[in-house]
Amino acid sequence: MALAQQQDGGATPYAASLGKYLLVYVGILVLAGLQFVIAYQHADVRATLFRMLVVAFIEAGLAVVFFMHLGSENRTFVTWVAVVTLFVLAAMQYSWTDSFRMEKDAPPSYRAPSTQAGPSQ
Amino acid sequence: MSQSDLTMGSHPIVLERSSPFAIPTKKLAMWLFLIADAATFAACLVAYGFLRNGSINWPTPFKFFPTVVNAMVMTFILVTSSLTMFLGVRSAKLGDRDAAFRWTMLTAAGGAIFALLHIREWMGLIDEGVRLFRNPWGSGLFGASFFSITGLHLTHVTVGIVVLIVVGLRHKNGRSDADDMEITGLYWHFVDLVWMFVVPLVYLLNISK
Repeated sequence: MALAQQQDGGATPYAASLGKYLLVYVGILVLAGLQFVIAYQHADVRATLFRMLVVAFIEAGLAVVFFMHLGSENRTFVTWVAVVTLFVLAAMQYSWTDSFRMEKDAPPSYRAPSTQAGPSQ
Repeated sequence: MSQSDLTMGSHPIVLERSSPFAIPTKKLAMWLFLIADAATFAACLVAYGFLRNGSINWPTPFKFFPTVVNAMVMTFILVTSSLTMFLGVRSAKLGDRDAAFRWTMLTAAGGAIFALLHIREWMGLIDEGVRLFRNPWGSGLFGASFFSITGLHLTHVTVGIVVLIVVGLRHKNGRSDADDMEITGLYWHFVDLVWMFVVPLVYLLNISK
């Protein structure tokens, strides 16, 4: 596929009918609208975040595959991009547990004086 | 050493001149940049999430009007500009330079409207007392994270507008090819893609209840 694209200057993926791309455009708009609907359901923050992120990843996937034509690139390249990106994103998640300490066990400097239990600073 | 010297037994060694993954070098470079840029934005969003989660008084100040409505309009404009960018690249690939120029300028105009709406929104927040390290509602880090993430995105949009105009004009005058348009398109679609994550995380999680 990649060799054929090199020979025609990469025009092959763009020669397809416009209908498909208009459908993708409308789909992305609908999904973007869905995020606003989810936000105004006023559900639990974690549930809201999860739903909105799922929708955002689907939107991003549509944009990457159709508008950026990653789907029609060399398969090895697609795999490489996916693995590198997902690894980097996953590696950033190591510190989340620390962000809950305010909820679970606030540091002494943030506690009200009457609730301080640990050694004073 | 001449080409004829490069032999292995009776078999000549073919010098590999093609780009890795059989895609043009400039396009590969753009994909590498986009991966690095995705990591930058992801780091900003993760840091924002950490701060939001770790703050006991994170503000949720955004009202339906004007902020959420503004975000809706900005999203519509940016997604639409992605479509016009696609049409510009498609025209360039199919050899229609005039149409490619028109669609590219339309994309740049969409980006400019987006940037103006963004700046107007910033001015509104600044008028309400939001600064980098303080605001009237709660954790002072709200302003720092909001302005840094949306500011980084706005910088990308601004750079994109300039690049669109330059590449569009160069392509119209025959000084750049359709591949350059495609690479510019990749960048613009990425800017749109990032916005799909900024809206839910930075705006919609902070709407007032």
